[in-house]
Amino acid sequence: MTQRLVVIGNGMAGARTVEEILARNGDFTITMFGDEPYGNYNRIMLSNLLAGVEDEAGIFLNDLGWYADNDITLNAGVKIEKIDRAKKEVIAADGTRTPYDKLIIATGSSSWTPPIKGINNPKRGFHQGVFAFRTLDDTRGMIRYARDHERAVVIGGGLLGLEAARGLQNHVSEVTLLHAMGHLMERQLDEKAGHMLQASVENKLGIKVVTNAMTTEILGKDRVEGVKLADGTVIPCDVVVIAAGIRPNTQMVADSGLPVERGIVVDDQMLVQGEQDIYSVGECAQHRGNLYGLVAPLWDQAKVLADHITGRDTAAAYTGSKLSTKLKVAGIDVASMGLIAPETDDDEVIIYNEPKKGVYKQLIIRDGVLAGAILVGDNSKAAGLIQAFDRAQALPEERAELLFDIGGPAGEVKPEDMADDAQVCNCNGVSKGAICGVVDAGCKTVSGVMDKTRAGKGCGTCKPLVQRIVEWAAGGEAEEDPAASWYVPGVPMPKPELMAAIRKYELKSVSSVFEKLVPGGEHDAKSKMGLASLLKMMWADQYVDERDARFINDRVHGNIQKDGTFSVVPQMKGGVTTPAELKRIAEVAEKYQVPMVKLTGGQRIDLLGIPKEQLPAIWADLDIPSGYAYGKSFRTVKTCVGSDFCRFGVGDSTALGIAIEERYQGLEGPGKMKLAVTGCPRNCAEAYVKDLGVVAIDGGRWEIYVGGAAGAHIRKGDLLTTVDTAEEVIRLTGRFLQYYRENANWLERTYAWVPRVGIEKIRAVVVDDAEGIAEALDAAVEEAVQAYKDPWKERAVPATPGQFRTSLPLTVLPQVPVRS
Amino acid sequence: MTIAIDKTVLGPVDEIPFGEGRTYAVGTDMIAVFRLRDGSLRAVSAVCPHKGGPLADGQIDNKVVVCPLHLYSWDLSTGCSQSGQPPINVYPVRVDDGHIILGD
Repeated sequence: MTQRLVVIGNGMAGARTVEEILARNGDFTITMFGDEPYGNYNRIMLSNLLAGVEDEAGIFLNDLGWYADNDITLNAGVKIEKIDRAKKEVIAADGTRTPYDKLIIATGSSSWTPPIKGINNPKRGFHQGVFAFRTLDDTRGMIRYARDHERAVVIGGGLLGLEAARGLQNHVSEVTLLHAMGHLMERQLDEKAGHMLQASVENKLGIKVVTNAMTTEILGKDRVEGVKLADGTVIPCDVVVIAAGIRPNTQMVADSGLPVERGIVVDDQMLVQGEQDIYSVGECAQHRGNLYGLVAPLWDQAKVLADHITGRDTAAAYTGSKLSTKLKVAGIDVASMGLIAPETDDDEVIIYNEPKKGVYKQLIIRDGVLAGAILVGDNSKAAGLIQAFDRAQALPEERAELLFDIGGPAGEVKPEDMADDAQVCNCNGVSKGAICGVVDAGCKTVSGVMDKTRAGKGCGTCKPLVQRIVEWAAGGEAEEDPAASWYVPGVPMPKPELMAAIRKYELKSVSSVFEKLVPGGEHDAKSKMGLASLLKMMWADQYVDERDARFINDRVHGNIQKDGTFSVVPQMKGGVTTPAELKRIAEVAEKYQVPMVKLTGGQRIDLLGIPKEQLPAIWADLDIPSGYAYGKSFRTVKTCVGSDFCRFGVGDSTALGIAIEERYQGLEGPGKMKLAVTGCPRNCAEAYVKDLGVVAIDGGRWEIYVGGAAGAHIRKGDLLTTVDTAEEVIRLTGRFLQYYRENANWLERTYAWVPRVGIEKIRAVVVDDAEGIAEALDAAVEEAVQAYKDPWKERAVPATPGQFRTSLPLTVLPQVPVRS
Repeated sequence: MTIAIDKTVLGPVDEIPFGEGRTYAVGTDMIAVFRLRDGSLRAVSAVCPHKGGPLADGQIDNKVVVCPLHLYSWDLSTGCSQSGQPPINVYPVRVDDGHIILGD
């Protein structure tokens, strides 16, 4: 049955909570009461309105049409004076009673007025020329009055006071900021940071700041003429703005018999203590002893409340927020989170101070995690720090990396500096604007945005930038996607758990994994290829091969091209061939009128543009094994001519390369594996930039590098070890590849996996056998080697009906151009 | 969207392995027919509206087909794209006595 929901308070908390309830299709008739005679506006933007950078229309979150569209009865300008809990009614100032089944109290806060002589005029509230800074009406009044006056004083050197001072500069020529404490924003900043901010406010903005300033009296008979401080100083002025703090609006609630301490006491479901049907949310709510005046905690509270009240998730719980702020205070970057000063001798304190630029950064680290941070004058690292603080993430050993961009690509682009139409993903042509659009529409996970826009789904190089843009667009509130840790998107498990479950239940086919490990047993097309590869790795010749789990390349053993034809790359171990082999390839190319014959980067020959139905015949005529130029598998071993002919060669790289390829050909893995062996450090075979590269050095020894890349991502490999014999190279290659196969994420190339795991750890396992698993790794890779079968032998009889039947549409498609 | 089409027998259902698709020429149309792992059939246009990829070569589950060229996906029952592409045509299809029957 539809219930009656009454919301007292039409501010940001009340309206946001109602939005969350509507988003959950809550079945309520909603009535809202607001003191102010307006729709719902963004209070935070009042300082922009004052500063003239935003107009009134721009600060409204929901206009009156929104209430009508959602069948919400809005009583704007109607004050609720009492809650009658026994009758379940709220009573307005005019005596009207409104019944409720569920009630939400979101009365927010009011500006606090310090007890100063002459601040009030007994007849009309504030003295003429004195303003609070809390509501739209306050702001309008201030703007109207300030327009005709010249000198303003702001009382209060917190965030709001600073914003007011900055905004007033737009209207008057002289602004003085009075702060009762020793430094500005003392709740968020330590003394040094406060002084740094003060210097910037004074020198860059021209606002006069007086600290330790106790205002004792407002001077002037009919209107404000000045203020007097405790030390007797008189500051002449025409306008006084009070920004000395806020107090929660709880009087009416306390008078109605509900539990109020500093705020309205609520539990983890935002229910008022001891009540079944009354909730409270926002600045007026006191949760576990804390009151929150920032929007981020409020958004979290609104979600929990909505989950609970709609029954969507009755177990939803708000457990408190870690407070962080990142903002421009009066045009100066300021960020603050957690502790502002160390509390024990063991707290690690890191400070960077550059007064000339007005930059100050302080970190407090406790037990290896960020316990607090202050930034003034430079917020470029704020988003990352807030994330590290919120999630108590492990911090880099090099602490300076937390404060500065060190060794990263020079001039890393900042999302805020990019134009909306700047292309972010150069593979799929996705602009910054497109990404921000998806984030604004509510998708705040990096993977979700990538799915929706396909940004970062090409070569993957732009992924870090996509991530930064998502975080920036979400205001540092990018959400963590639980699926990000899963091996494949359709099975909710990270790789180690997934492998353990597969072993435990002896799951040997892809469909059995879906049926056993996915709640509901739902199959997922995008997970099949990753699972097929994993199962083949785990079970070798016991793997139950369901052909539909394979990607088309692995079904027909060729690489699909843009027109639906395939490329055929015969194996050419170490890039070494013979005249007879070349003749055969040439004859095949002529016989089948192969549209393009091309040398590959892996020292092989590529026959491009082969229709699917011709593949078996071509393989038969070639009679060369597959070069595996299509799979997530061991690809090639590139070599140089080595010591046989080269006058510089110090090792027989060609022979070793051929031996490695002979042994590990076709080995499937989480990503492709490209190798090289080069005969001297001149590196003609580019071994430094391969997944595994071997370099002969003088003295008959071999260096093994791992984790290199020279594709979309360029990385020199890390030196794994140096060994004495070719046999040792072959053995460690197998062990390394097996360790990678068992531990890397799906599609995670070694250039990402090696730095993630760390070369020291990999060396310990692979070279020094620190974990005692070397023998098992060797045995596993040996089993895979024994299970190798040349897929191009699968040609006399198709493995499935119509395996090589054309799927090409008969309409004319763009063809790969034929070169003669 | 679903397209009405005259009843046509395409061939024995055994021509399509479970979980895979095959392309059929029907008049001037090219239609990709998929045989889901639950045994039911789906028929959609064979050409990917993005860059003309052969959808019958794509991987499927019981809901979607993923084009093999750029991995965009479509719902096999409604033809709607899940990644912002134009929709594909969907055709009525069923198994009758071991044969694939396209159309009503």
